[in-house]
Amino acid sequence: MADNPIISLRGVTKVYGEGATAFQALKGIDLDIQQGDFVAVMGPSGSGKSTTMNILGCLDVPSAGTFLFKGHHVETLDRDQRALLRRRYLGFVFQGFNLLSRTTALENVELPLLYRGEDKKTRYDMGMAALDKVGLKDWWDHTPAELSGGQQQRVAIARAIVTSPDVLLADEPTGNLDSERSVEIMELLTDLNRNSGITVLMVTHEGDMAAFARTIVHFKDGLVERVDQGVAA
Amino acid sequence: MLGTTITLAFRAINRHKLRSFLTTLGIIIGVASVVSMVTLGNGATAAVREQISSLGANVLQLRPGQGFGRGGGGPRPPDFKPADLTAIENQLTGVRAVAPVVQSSGTAIYEGSNWSTTVYGTTSAYSEVQQWKVADGRLFLPDEEEAGKAVCIIGNTVRTNLFQGAEPVGKRMRIKGVSCQVIGVLATRGQGGFGDQDDVVVMPIKFVQRRFTGDRDISQIMVAVDDAYDTSTVQASLEELMRERRKVKAGAEDNFNVFDTKQISDTLTGTTTILTQIVGAVAAISLLVGGIGIMNIMLVSVTERTREIGIRLAIGAVAREVLMQFLVEAIVLSCLGGLIGLALALVASVAIAPLMQVPFIFDVKVNMIAFLFSAAIGVVFGYFPARRAAALNPIDALRHE
Repeated sequence: MADNPIISLRGVTKVYGEGATAFQALKGIDLDIQQGDFVAVMGPSGSGKSTTMNILGCLDVPSAGTFLFKGHHVETLDRDQRALLRRRYLGFVFQGFNLLSRTTALENVELPLLYRGEDKKTRYDMGMAALDKVGLKDWWDHTPAELSGGQQQRVAIARAIVTSPDVLLADEPTGNLDSERSVEIMELLTDLNRNSGITVLMVTHEGDMAAFARTIVHFKDGLVERVDQGVAA
Repeated sequence: MLGTTITLAFRAINRHKLRSFLTTLGIIIGVASVVSMVTLGNGATAAVREQISSLGANVLQLRPGQGFGRGGGGPRPPDFKPADLTAIENQLTGVRAVAPVVQSSGTAIYEGSNWSTTVYGTTSAYSEVQQWKVADGRLFLPDEEEAGKAVCIIGNTVRTNLFQGAEPVGKRMRIKGVSCQVIGVLATRGQGGFGDQDDVVVMPIKFVQRRFTGDRDISQIMVAVDDAYDTSTVQASLEELMRERRKVKAGAEDNFNVFDTKQISDTLTGTTTILTQIVGAVAAISLLVGGIGIMNIMLVSVTERTREIGIRLAIGAVAREVLMQFLVEAIVLSCLGGLIGLALALVASVAIAPLMQVPFIFDVKVNMIAFLFSAAIGVVFGYFPARRAAALNPIDALRHE
C-alpha cells in the first residue's frame, strides 16, 4: 500500500479541565492512517482511544498538535466547518446504534442527505440503495423498535455510508450484539472497506473483532503503544 | 432547506401528538379568548352605536336647566317659548330641521285594553329630526298641526298592547281621557339607550299643550344639524342665541343645556371600546402564558432529545440547522395552535353573539394580529430552547442517556 495517509496526527495532546483538576487524556499521539485501510483501535478504558476517535471524527479538537485530514489542517477549523467536514467525508456508527426513535429505517438513512440538501427523489433512491447494501431493503418502513439489534446496527451503517464517505468511524459497533450478529456486522464492514473503498476506523476491545482489521492500533495511558500492520491478509 | 426543516418539524410533532396538542393548548385558548372577546366587544360597540344612532344622528337636544337634572335649589329655569322655536328656525344657519317637544304621560284606552305610555307633542319635523318613519298610515297634515287636532301616531309597543293585532289606523282611542284618531303607526325602533322607543304616542304639539299641559311652553327643542355643517359650530351659535333670548348675564351659567347625541354616542362607544381593550388585554395575558407553556415543553423536548441532537450534529448538521429545526418546530406548533384558536373563536363568537344580542362582526385585522402574535410567540419562546439545542456539544449529547 502506498504511503498516502488520509489521516495524519502529529504530537496530538488533549487536556480536560484546568489547573489542579486538569487531566491529560492524550500525551502526544503520532498516527498515520492510510487511505483504504481497515483500522481497529484497541486499549483499556482511559487509554485515550475514545478521545482519539472523537478528534479523528472531528467532533473534538486537540489541545495541541496537528491533525491533517487529506492534507488539510482540521485543528484550526471552527465548529461549523468541522460539521461540514463530517457531513462531506465522514460516517459514524455507534455502539448504541443511535437511530431516531419512531422514525422509519428509510427516514433514518435519509437524514444525512437532508442536511446535504438532496431532493426527495434523490434521498429515496440513495436511501434505498444504502439499505439494499446492508440487506434491509424490505425493512425500509420499520421503526427501530420493530428491528432487532443487528438490524438496527445495519440501518445505522446504511445511514453512515449513504453519503459515500471517505472514512467510516465505528465506536464499538458490535458491543451490544451477540457473537453471531457481531460477525455479520464485521463482514459487512469488511465488505464496505474492500469493495467500496471506505477507510474504516473501529474501536473495539474484542480481539475477535479486531482480527477483521488490517491494522491494529494499541493505546495505553494516552499514548499509542504499538501498531500491528497487516493482521488480516 | 426551509421546506425540509418544516417537514422535519411536522414529523417531530407527529411523533408526539398528545404532547404537541397539550403544548399548543395554551396558545389555542389564548388566541381563542383574545379573538372571541375582541370580536364580541366590537359587536357590543357596534350595537351601542346603532342604538345611539337610532336617537338621530347629529341632533342637538335643547333643554332648560343644566345637565340631565334640574339643578339644585333656586327657581326652576323657564321652558322655551314658541318664539324661541321661530328664532332658531330663522336665525340659525346649518339647521336641517327643528322640532319642539312637550312630553306628558298618561293612559291610552281602546275598547277593553288600557296601556300606560308617554305622549309626545310635536310637529311633523320630529319625524325628520329623529329619522322616524311611519310604517303604516301617515304623518300629521299641516292643518292638523296648525289646529292641534286630536290625531295620533302610535309606537309599535302601544299598538301591540292596545290593539292586539287589530288594525289601529283609522280607529279612535282615548288618551288621558280625550278621544283621538289613530292616523299612523311608527316603524319599530327597538330598545334604545333610553328604554323602549316604541312605547310612545305622538300627537300634534298644539293639542298636547291645549289639552294636557295647559300652556304654550315647549319643554325640549330638537335641532337636526345639516350634514354640511359642523355640529359643534351650530351648537355654539345655538347656545349664544339662547343666552341672548333667555337674557343670561355675561359670566352667569346657562339656564339651559344643549345635548349632542353624537357626543353621547362617542362617550358610550368609547366606554365599550375601553372595556373591549381591557378584556382583550386579560386574554392576551393568557396567550403569553400559552407561550411560556411552549417554551417549557420545548426545553423539556430539547433535554429529552439530546441524543437526537447529538446524532444530527455528528452526521454533519451545523448549529444553525439545529437551531432552525427547534425554532421552526416551536413556530409550527404555535401557528397550529393559533389556527385552531381562530377556528374556535369563530365558532364561539358566532354562538355567543346572539345570546349577548350583539351582531357578529368578523374583523380580519383582529384575526390577523392574533395569528401573527401566536407565530411571534413561537419565535420568542422557541428561540431560547432552540439556541440551547444548537449549543450542545455533540460528544456529550451522544453520551446522554
